[in-house]
Amino acid sequence: MNWLLLRSGRAILTLLLLLTFTFFTLAASGDPALQKFSPDVDLATIAAFREKWGLNEPIWKQFLIYLERLAHFDFGMSYRTGRPALEVVLDRVPVTLSLAIPSIVLSIVIGIPLGFYAAMNKGRLADRITILVAVMGLAIPPFLLGIFLMYVFSIWLGWLPPSGYVNWTSYIMPVASISAVYAAIFARFTRSAMVEVMSHPMIETAKASGLATGLVQRVHVLPNVLLPLVTITALEFGNVVTFAAVIENLFSWPGAGTLLIEAVAGRDYAVVEAVLLLTGSTMILANFLTDLSYGLIDPRIRDYRRAYRRSPDQLPSPEGAA
Amino acid sequence: MSPSGNFPLLIVASFLIVAVFVLLAIFAAPLSPHNVADINLLARFRPPVFLGGTWDYPLGTDRLGRDMLSLILRGIQISLTIAAVGTICGAIFGTTLGLLSGWVGGLLDNLVGILVDFQATIPNLILILALVTIMPEANFVAFVIIMAMYGWDRYARLARAIALNAKNQPYVQAQQVIGASAFRIVTRSVLPNFMAVLLVTMSLSFPQTILLETTLSFLGIGIQPPDTSLGVLIGEGRGQLYNAPWVVLLPASVILLATISISMLGDWARDRVGVD
Repeated sequence: MNWLLLRSGRAILTLLLLLTFTFFTLAASGDPALQKFSPDVDLATIAAFREKWGLNEPIWKQFLIYLERLAHFDFGMSYRTGRPALEVVLDRVPVTLSLAIPSIVLSIVIGIPLGFYAAMNKGRLADRITILVAVMGLAIPPFLLGIFLMYVFSIWLGWLPPSGYVNWTSYIMPVASISAVYAAIFARFTRSAMVEVMSHPMIETAKASGLATGLVQRVHVLPNVLLPLVTITALEFGNVVTFAAVIENLFSWPGAGTLLIEAVAGRDYAVVEAVLLLTGSTMILANFLTDLSYGLIDPRIRDYRRAYRRSPDQLPSPEGAA
Repeated sequence: MSPSGNFPLLIVASFLIVAVFVLLAIFAAPLSPHNVADINLLARFRPPVFLGGTWDYPLGTDRLGRDMLSLILRGIQISLTIAAVGTICGAIFGTTLGLLSGWVGGLLDNLVGILVDFQATIPNLILILALVTIMPEANFVAFVIIMAMYGWDRYARLARAIALNAKNQPYVQAQQVIGASAFRIVTRSVLPNFMAVLLVTMSLSFPQTILLETTLSFLGIGIQPPDTSLGVLIGEGRGQLYNAPWVVLLPASVILLATISISMLGDWARDRVGVD
């Protein structure tokens, strides 16, 4: 089978699973007719509503109706605001992205070089300190870091605005809370990926043949860690966005995260589902694109795919081809 | 970490801290100087002893005049219990699925693979929030089940690899030849090989479960008052960061101390066992 077809099939399957999950959580949340109308509405109205939205149909048919509605970008109504759920969510997305994007960029810019440096000095003090900091970073939830930062810089020192958006300095604490944690994750991951590549015999050979250390790192080590790094960046982006949600809440930012938490607390199902579907499908797309980029990054995978298309039966087991 | 023999100083310290936390969780009630629910409006926002308070309330009081020490002890008890039960449930669920999918293979293996993919792709916190939305409000058991949903995929992946590998081992094939049941082989010969990996993975995901519970409770969608947890205490106190910082900073420090020490132990164990 064509490799691209296989990957797209996998992505579509995951999307279908996501849709099934949201459909059943929505179904489990109770009768939409009873949520929409107040208890004193007459039975004929409820019956008409049920008929109109296909609530009397068998469950599989309801699922198809649900898919059709989504295809028209109808994510249902947010009953707390009375507006379409998709619209309510999209209004808030820019604020969340304005927090999440600087955070992930900063995490990468700090974390990856740190992990690189630690791996280069494996076993020395710099490495041990990096590991220690990374383990601690993983054990600290961003919201706690945010609270400590808020206490020190807003209340104690009075340097930074404690909450809401005042000016650009309002970004400092929220972005720092998220990126400190994710820089630790990236550092840790980069280090272990590097250590693994460096234990490979080819590195030994390169060193033995008298190549300068910097050259070995650039030519032999770096290309090999690029692949796992790209993968984890795509995977972690979704988590950064969700932690941005928590941080928004702490610093009272009017983003999609604050909206999501309010929606969960207020049982505003349509909004929760819309957020879930939007982030979920974005992540599926991101992972799919990452898969596609593997061939660009690593020629071995490209060759493997080409060989696979020609004769799928007889293949050498490829190194690194997932 | 510092290379002083088999047990570096930091690891010994982490172990002691974790042991103290376990004891505090077990003996939370007898150690509490006050009843957790006791409200004393005449003694609101009393500072802790080290900030000029009195020994009546060693760690001060909150906005209802409740004793912070008693609240924190109760919080430790609840947070650690939920994290422990959640981690264990997740480990059992994931390991069972992983062993089954590796051992049986075929369609089941594919199905589990798709589920693992799904769990890895969709941000965990958002999945969990969707589940919290449909769960009955303030339901302790439902909340623990949701906690178990977090991180099961890691066990499934590792257990599957072990089961796949074991199928081709002579000691397993020999048992198949003499007619041992699949259940017997998997539980007696495959599972023991997985125990070290399982325990390390659990010690690594335990702090993550604590963080998840405290984050949700902090946001007001986890444990519901009047029940309390470390996250609930921080969430309730966040408005008082200015006038009574200890109400927030004490439970926050307790969480940090607990999760960092457990993570240290887990990380150390991982290096020992060599799990990725």
